[in-house]
Amino acid sequence: MAHRAVTTSMPMPRATDVVRLRVNGDLYEVGVPAHYTLLEALRYELLLTGSKQGCDKGDCGACTVIIDGRATLSCLTPVHEAEERDVVTVEGLASADGPHPLQDEFDLKGAAQCGFCTPGILCSAAALLARTPDPSRDEIREALAGNLCRCTGYTKIFEAVEGAAARLRVE
Amino acid sequence: MIKRAHRVGSELTVVGQPQRKIEGLAKSTGRAIYTDDLTLPGMLHGKILRSPHPHARIVSIDTTAAEALEGVHAVVTGRDMPITYGIIPWTPDEFPLCVDRVRYIGDGVAAVAAVDEDTAIRALAEIRVEYEELPPFLDPFDSLAADGSTPWIHQPKKEGRNGNITKHVHLEFGDVDGLMDGSDVVVEGEYHFEGTTHTPIEPHCAIGLFESGGGPGGKLTVWSATQVPHYLHRELARVLEIDPARVRVVQPLVGGAFGGKSEPFDLEFCVAKLSMKAGRPVKILYTREEVFYAHRGRHPFHMRYRTGCRADGRLRSVDARIVLDGGAYASFGLVTTYYSGQLLCAPYAMPAYRFDSTRVYTNKPACGPKRGHGSVQPRFAFEVQMDKLAERVGLDPIDMRRLNFIGEHTRTVNDLRVTSNGFLECLDAVERSSDWREKFRKMPFGQGIGVAGSTYISGTNYPIYPNDMPQSAVQMQIDRSGRVAVFSGASEIGQGCDSLVAYIACEELGVPLDHVRVLRGDTDFTPVDLGAYSSRVTFMLGNAAIDAARKLRKMVCEAVAADWEVKPSEVLLAGGRALWAPDTARQMTVREAFNLAEARFGTLGATGWYDTPKDVHGEYRGGTIGASPAYSFTAHVAEVEVDVETGFVDVKKIWIAHDCGRALNPVLVEGQMEGSAYMGFAEAIMEEHVFKDAEHGRGGLHNAPSLLDYRIPTSLDTPELESLIVESIDPEGPYGAKEAGEGPLHPSIPAIANAIYDAVGVRLDRLPFSPPAVWRALEAAASSGGARKPAAPGTVEVTAPRP
Ligand code: FES
Ligand code: FES
Repeated sequence: MAHRAVTTSMPMPRATDVVRLRVNGDLYEVGVPAHYTLLEALRYELLLTGSKQGCDKGDCGACTVIIDGRATLSCLTPVHEAEERDVVTVEGLASADGPHPLQDEFDLKGAAQCGFCTPGILCSAAALLARTPDPSRDEIREALAGNLCRCTGYTKIFEAVEGAAARLRVE
Repeated sequence: MIKRAHRVGSELTVVGQPQRKIEGLAKSTGRAIYTDDLTLPGMLHGKILRSPHPHARIVSIDTTAAEALEGVHAVVTGRDMPITYGIIPWTPDEFPLCVDRVRYIGDGVAAVAAVDEDTAIRALAEIRVEYEELPPFLDPFDSLAADGSTPWIHQPKKEGRNGNITKHVHLEFGDVDGLMDGSDVVVEGEYHFEGTTHTPIEPHCAIGLFESGGGPGGKLTVWSATQVPHYLHRELARVLEIDPARVRVVQPLVGGAFGGKSEPFDLEFCVAKLSMKAGRPVKILYTREEVFYAHRGRHPFHMRYRTGCRADGRLRSVDARIVLDGGAYASFGLVTTYYSGQLLCAPYAMPAYRFDSTRVYTNKPACGPKRGHGSVQPRFAFEVQMDKLAERVGLDPIDMRRLNFIGEHTRTVNDLRVTSNGFLECLDAVERSSDWREKFRKMPFGQGIGVAGSTYISGTNYPIYPNDMPQSAVQMQIDRSGRVAVFSGASEIGQGCDSLVAYIACEELGVPLDHVRVLRGDTDFTPVDLGAYSSRVTFMLGNAAIDAARKLRKMVCEAVAADWEVKPSEVLLAGGRALWAPDTARQMTVREAFNLAEARFGTLGATGWYDTPKDVHGEYRGGTIGASPAYSFTAHVAEVEVDVETGFVDVKKIWIAHDCGRALNPVLVEGQMEGSAYMGFAEAIMEEHVFKDAEHGRGGLHNAPSLLDYRIPTSLDTPELESLIVESIDPEGPYGAKEAGEGPLHPSIPAIANAIYDAVGVRLDRLPFSPPAVWRALEAAASSGGARKPAAPGTVEVTAPRP
C-alpha cells in the first residue's frame, strides 16, 4: 500500500538503457527504464500488446512468452535477461499463411472466452507441442498449470490443445 | 418487440449449430484490444492513494508536495468530486474518493496523474493525510449489535436506527409455523458461506479523456473494462455534473468480469477528473492488490435453515434467517438481500416459506454481485438441508428432488411465474451419466457422490433505475455488398453476446457469419443495453436482435417476391442465398436480394428492442426482485474422494445438466456450464476472502491480496467436467433460449458437500471444504465413534419422529 511512511526512499527510475531484443524474428533496439521487465518492454515499447498483464508478479501466467523454446513469465523476466535471446509472443505464433493450428483450434473449440489468459496459454501450449507432439491430457494439464484461466474451467482448452496436436502431427 | 419465436427447431440453420465466435481469432492471435492495450497521445498515468485504516476520519489532506513534483500534472481528492454514487439509486453511499471518512483498508483518498507510473507512485508518497482512527466493525454480528456509542459506518437514514444495517427484509408466504409444526420431519442447520471474489484475469483499467473547447462544457470520453457501460455513463454524468449528452463510454473487450465490474469504481471517476484537470488523457490500471480491495464479491452469509417435510418426503415449510456481511458500502446489497431469499422457491414446490435477511456494513471491502448473485449461498444451505431430509425419510436424494418438482407453467410460493422447466430432464441426465444408481451409498468408504439442483433468473423485470424504456436494443443495417452491420451496446465479457447477435443476423437474413460486423461497446453509437448482469443478455439482447433482423428480413423477402412475382412468405433466406420455397432451384445470392431491397425501400436499417412483460407477477410484485421472464434449471452430480489422513477432498468429476431453454451455440453454452461449475468447485474447496483480525496483524487488512495466496484452481486442480445440455424451449426466449452463464454454478457447492457426506458420513456446513476444515470434521467424528459410510436409503428404519 502506498502510504507516506513507506515510500520516500524509492529510487529515481530515470536511467534508461538501450537493449537489443529479438522478438518474433525481428531485432529491435529499444531504450527502456533499467527496471523494466520484458513484459513492459513488449507492451509499452514494442506495442506488442498481445501478452497480457494479469498480476505483474508471477502468479497468473497471462504474460507467458516463449524464450529459447521455453514458456517463460515475461513479467518476472528483467528486460536485460531477454537480450539476444529468441523471444516468441502470441503475435509470433501465426504465419503469413494464417493462424497457428493452436490459435485456430482455440477459436473452433471455444477455448477463449474473455481471451485474457489466451495469449499466455497459447505460448505454454506451443512450447509443449514443440517438445511433445502427442501429449496426454495429464501432460497438457501439467504444462498449463502456471496459466490461470478464470472463464473456461479448462476443459475446452484441453480439447483445443489436443485438436491442434492432432493437426500438427498430420501437417 | 417479438412475442414468440415463429420458427421451430428443425427449420433453424444457424442457431443450434457449433459456431466460431466473431472475435475468436482476434483473441487467439493477440489482436484483440482490451483497455490497457490502448495508449493515447500524451497519455498520463494515474495512481490512487488508499487508506491504511479500516475506519477513520480524514482530518486533513495536504497535496502541495505531490503537486510540486516534476512530472505531476494533476492531483484530486474527494473534495473535487463531492457527490455520492451507488449502482442502486436508493443507496448512493460512496464518493469517488473519500471526503471525510475512510471505511476499509484500501478505500481511495486521493489520486494523481503524472508522466509515468513511477512518478505517479512517488507523488502518492508525497501526499500527507492525517487520520483520526475510529473503532472498526469487522464482524457482522458486532455491526448488528452496535448501539451507536462508537460512530456508525454510515449515518442512519432515520434517527434511532442502526446505521450499520444496509437492509432488512422479512417476507413470509403461507402458514410457515403451522406447516412446520405439522411436518413429520424437521431438519435444522446452521451454515456459513465464506466470502469469495471474482478475480477476472484482467485487472480493472480505465482511461479518461476530457476535451475542452468547441462549445461550452467540453466532452468526456472514458474507456473502461466495465460490464455496465450504460450505468457508468449515467453515473459519470451525474457525479461529475456533465450533461450526459457530452459523456461517452467506450468498452473495449473485457478480460473477464463475473459481476466484479458491474458498477462504477473509483478509477473511472478519477481518470475523468484527472483528465479534466490535466487537459490530457489519463490511464489507471489497478494492481492485482487493488482488484482485491475493489472486490464487490460474494457476501459472506451466516444462515440458519429449518426445513420440514412429510414422512413421504414432500416439502411443507421452509424458514430461513440470514445475516449478510456486506463490507463498507451498499453496492448491489439491496438486491442481494432480496435475492438471498427470493430465488429459493424453485425448482421445488414449497407450500410455506419465510426468510429474514439482514445485510450489515463492516469495515472491509464492499461485497456485491458475483456470478449467481445472492442465491448461491442459500442454495448451498438449502440443498444440503434437502439431502439431510432425504436421508431422514429414507429417500434417494434424486428421487426426493423429483418428488418435490414444482412443474412447468406454474407459480412459486412467492408468486414468481415459471414457464418452461426442464429440471426433471436435468435430474435424469445427471443420474444416468454419473451411474448414480451404481454409486450412491455403494462406493467404498472415502469415495462418494452427491446431487443438488437449482434455478436462476434470465434477467428481471426491473431495470436498476425505474424507467419504461427498452431493456435491450440493437440497430441493424444491411447494404448492397451483402453485409450486415449490427450496432450492439451489450457487454461482451467473454460470454459471447457479440457473437449472439451475429448468429441471429445469419439465421434471419441468410448471410454467412463472416459477412456480419458487430460494432459494439460505445455509448456514442450503440443503442442502450443495460449491461451484462442478472443473466439477462441472451434473453433480452437475443429478442431485440430477432426483432431488428425480422424487420429487415421482411423487406428483403418482399423485394425478392416482387421480382419473382411470388408471395413473400415463400421466400427463404439461408446459406447465403434467397430461395423460393416451393422450388429451391429458383434462387439468387443474398447480395442480389439485398440490392433488390435497397432499390425498392431505400437504405436499409432497422432497430429492434426488448422489454420484459410487466404483468407476469401476481399480487405480490414478483417477489420484489422484479420477476424474471424465464428461469433456468440445473442439476449437478459431483463425485469425490476424501483423503481421511489429510482432509484433502479430490473432486473427481462434476456432471452438469442445465436447462438453458435452447442452446443457440452449444459450444458457448457448454463453456458457460463448465466455467460455472469450475467456479462453484473453486468456492467449495479453496476460495476464501479472509481478513486479518486485530490479534493477527492489522485488523481489516486483506489476508492475501494476490493470485498466489488467494487460491483459484489451476488446470491441475480442476475436476473433469461433463456438460449435459437440456433444452426446454422457452415460449418467450429467443428461439426458446434462457440463460447459461450463472445458473450452472449453484449446485456445484452443495453437490460436493453432499458427496463428501456420502464418502465419509461427515456433514460440512461451513465453506470452504479445505483440508484443515475437513480434517477437523473427521477428527470430531472420530472422537464420537468414528466417521463411516452412511447407510443406503431403505436399509434403515425411517426416522419419522420430529427432533
Ligand atoms: S502477469 Fe501474471 S504472471 Fe506475469
Ligand atoms: S478465457 Fe477468460 S481467463 Fe481464460
